[in-house]
Amino acid sequence: MLCNMNRRRFLQATAATGLVASQGIVSAWAAEPLKVGFVYVGPIGDYGWTHGHDTGRKAVEAHFGNKVKTTYVESVAEGPDAERVIRQLAQQDHGLIFTTSFGYMEQTLRVAKQFPKLKFEHATGYKTAANMSAYNSRFYEGRAVAGHIAGKLTKTGKIGYVASVPIPEVVMGINATALAARKVRPDATVRVVWVHTWFDPAKEADAAKALIDQGVDIMTQHTDSPAPLQVAEGRGILGFGQASDMKAYAPRAQLSAILDLWGDYYIGRLQAVLDGTWKSQSIWYGFKEKMLAMAPYGEAVPEALRQEADAIIAGTINGSYHAFTGPIKNQQGEVVVQDGVRMSDDALLKMNWYVEGVSA
Amino acid sequence: MGWHMSLELLGSMLLTVVGAATPLLFAALGEVVAERSGVLNLGVEGMMLAGAVSGFATVMVSGNHLLGLLAAAAAGAALALVFAVLTLTLMANQVATGLALTIFGVGLSALAGAGFVGVPVAALPKLALPGLSDLPGLGRLIFGQDMLVYLSLAMTVAVASFLSRSRSGLILRACGESDVAAHAIGYHVIRVRYVAVLFGGAMSGLGGAYLSLAATPMWIENMTAGRGWIALALVAFGSWRAWRICAGAYLFGGVTILQLYVQGAGRLHVPSQIMSMLPYLATIALLTVMASGPWRSRFDAPACLGKPFSPPA
Amino acid sequence: MIRWRIERRYEVSRALLYSTPVVAVVLTLAAGIALFCGLGIDARAALYHCFIEPLETLSSIGEVLIKAAPLIMMAVGLGLGFRANVWNIGAEGQLTLGAVAAGGVALLFWEHEGSFIVPLMMLAGIAGGMLWAAIPAFLKARLNVNEILTSLMLTYVAGLLLSALVYGPWKDPEGMNFPQSRMFSTWETVDPLLAGTRIHIGVPLALVVALATALLVERTLIGFEIKVAGLAPSAARYAGFRRDRVVWLAFLLSGGLAGLAGMLEVAGPIGQLVPVITPGYGFTAIIVAFLGRLNPIGIIVAGVLMALSYVGGENAQIAVGLPRAATGMFQGLLLFFLLATDVLARYRIRWVRRVRHGVAHES
Repeated sequence: MLCNMNRRRFLQATAATGLVASQGIVSAWAAEPLKVGFVYVGPIGDYGWTHGHDTGRKAVEAHFGNKVKTTYVESVAEGPDAERVIRQLAQQDHGLIFTTSFGYMEQTLRVAKQFPKLKFEHATGYKTAANMSAYNSRFYEGRAVAGHIAGKLTKTGKIGYVASVPIPEVVMGINATALAARKVRPDATVRVVWVHTWFDPAKEADAAKALIDQGVDIMTQHTDSPAPLQVAEGRGILGFGQASDMKAYAPRAQLSAILDLWGDYYIGRLQAVLDGTWKSQSIWYGFKEKMLAMAPYGEAVPEALRQEADAIIAGTINGSYHAFTGPIKNQQGEVVVQDGVRMSDDALLKMNWYVEGVSA
Repeated sequence: MGWHMSLELLGSMLLTVVGAATPLLFAALGEVVAERSGVLNLGVEGMMLAGAVSGFATVMVSGNHLLGLLAAAAAGAALALVFAVLTLTLMANQVATGLALTIFGVGLSALAGAGFVGVPVAALPKLALPGLSDLPGLGRLIFGQDMLVYLSLAMTVAVASFLSRSRSGLILRACGESDVAAHAIGYHVIRVRYVAVLFGGAMSGLGGAYLSLAATPMWIENMTAGRGWIALALVAFGSWRAWRICAGAYLFGGVTILQLYVQGAGRLHVPSQIMSMLPYLATIALLTVMASGPWRSRFDAPACLGKPFSPPA
Repeated sequence: MIRWRIERRYEVSRALLYSTPVVAVVLTLAAGIALFCGLGIDARAALYHCFIEPLETLSSIGEVLIKAAPLIMMAVGLGLGFRANVWNIGAEGQLTLGAVAAGGVALLFWEHEGSFIVPLMMLAGIAGGMLWAAIPAFLKARLNVNEILTSLMLTYVAGLLLSALVYGPWKDPEGMNFPQSRMFSTWETVDPLLAGTRIHIGVPLALVVALATALLVERTLIGFEIKVAGLAPSAARYAGFRRDRVVWLAFLLSGGLAGLAGMLEVAGPIGQLVPVITPGYGFTAIIVAFLGRLNPIGIIVAGVLMALSYVGGENAQIAVGLPRAATGMFQGLLLFFLLATDVLARYRIRWVRRVRHGVAHES
């Protein structure tokens, strides 16, 4: 066939081939997908914390299509295992790596120091580096909304809290709930039971039962499974879901839920890496930046209350409302925050004391 | 402690204790039969999870709870069969095989259950006897449980009388105490052990199903959270006797729940980790007391526990 | 009627002893391929990432060795005890206590640096592990309380104790109230032994420990006592070997080694005390002990193999998206096949023709 080609045809063919080839090379360069790594502390099937992050990951995949390639490793134990996994991702040129547990902080830092060209994002921590950011969500803003609703709807005045471990994030949540509840019902109390694990459905259910048997009629939790809410549904009381919408487990009981929304943040950071504008930061986003939201209100929330709750959210967003505004008293009754003063982020992030009305 | 324990509160607390004790009781009863025949199966956690996911999936698909329970028992027994072939026919080391079974079972159940996460299921129905179930305090406790709770207690009676009073139980115990002698008399030791191990697997499966169908009707990966190991400990705690195991399950469950209730009452200000240690320390203390008092009887494990058996010529 | 049965060999077949693990690996690969195909994953790629890739680079081999070191160290001690029928199931708790003790020492000197800190921490770690192991040992030796139960219960207690310390008195005052202790000064100063890897002193130490234990078992009287205690307890009694000596030695040795492993984890790789310092090493070490057939040299190999399966599993998750649960299944299968083929080395199949009158003779 080549013999039959005349020169013109040959030149045309060559030119055409060259054009296609060069376009191929250009698109190959452009189509080199950015690798994004996710390190999870639990299984994606936990329907809680890790599930939320994985939903964010899927949002990234949906948004960027074949411009990115995501990888995830689940159930990575904190400690040396984590360092190995993070390093492995780094060695495989993952341009952006998200490590989604506080306990990964030191390990992320170590690996970040050794791979200065890659970018790292660490959740719920406080250490950063030139190529390592910290990101966190203002869960307490959601707790304030829940506390307000709880304070209005509780008949016994006792609000139950199934809590995992006494770290500042959990303490903040308990306090925010109590403060908001007591604003509308001054004699409300928050009863806390610690289960010392983020995940053990049967134990969480038992803790919920212990609370309900002692008079609690609104159930909140800072653990991962839907078990406490399920118990609430079965016992005829009301409650709030955690990290994801748990309505399927408690169609009647769920008043609302605090939803972890990591997708937009992840997309934004990834876009910054692609654009070359990524900079290290330490952020703590809330309702305003849409890092969390409340699930649709359940039937038990009357219209007027819904509007009040929405007003709190709107106030949080426009800055007129802050969950930790004084006067705030501690468990001993001493005023620790003066009237009108808002607690600083710094004070919140270290919180290890409880407000009046909390029995923990 | 200062807080009043009304009958109502006591009844509710005991209800919660029942919920905590039942999965442990099922698994421990199954394991004690296996161990009395001379086989140590450490794969309880894996078998419980297999039962939990199978029971859940079956009820999701068919809507029939009885079918779900059967599926759970079958799944537990199926894993136990793998164990039995390895340890009884191929005479592999029982401790290692049991641990491998746990790893395998955890992984298998997670894979099998991946599609069922986040989907609730109808819980096992509870008994509702008109009049009796509504008695204050103890009404729900005695007459308002689901079928697995009653089954677990029935099985305690059954296993206890089987082991100590029946001829087959005697044969089983002989295989566990002196396999060579049992073989010499003419009993088929391996066959007996097979049945015992399969029974253990089925019971563990039911224990797991209790978690996924009654205690917290859902499926989440790894939802047994270490209860299989507690069940293994309970067998030794109960010195390989069914009634003591039952007492142990309720005691262990009781102390675990008690510390949750005390926390909820908010009166005691002890670091909660110390409170959480109580069930474990109580177990050790009780064992020590049992072993050193004038009431000590033989608390030893079956003599042939863990030893592979090969029929001599 | 011809039947077959399995009976113990008089002498372990050496050839089969070394070749059966190969058979097991081949069988596992076959089962693994079936599993991966069933999950819709490229089987060849998965297996490559699981088993070959971790051994390709020096740093990767280093990671495998780092993961294997605590397993080997603990398994060696446990194996010794298991041989004597002393069932220490609480190595996890002893590791934790060792870490706590070593951490306590490190916190005492957190502002200082000096070459004395690490050896002191080692001593503390060993002492901590031994102390925790002494409890079930005492209860067993004196009162015949079942050691499986006591050592297992103490595991949970140890974990809660660590948690209480890290949330309470030992919390880092500058740590934003998170449950962690201060960083140890050793964290910065413990350098990797081999450039390009993270290998720390724990790796050669594990090797030394294994070899030392092998010597102990083969060449010393107490080693002999241990072997006899397991193989022929009545003979041991007649020979005057005291059972409780064996119990104490088994527990103290395995506890001390577990404590040392705990110290090594917190001194180097973790660098501080946190609520969770082990992903279940204490229980994995039990598996490693049996895979290695309770023999220190075998344990070295088994430890490396287990570590390889963990590291490889993570690689496969990253590379081909193999679900972690599948890694667990794969590990379980590997163990099953290893255990099953082990039988070929220790036992043999014989055909027996049974005459109707019940007298058996062999063909």
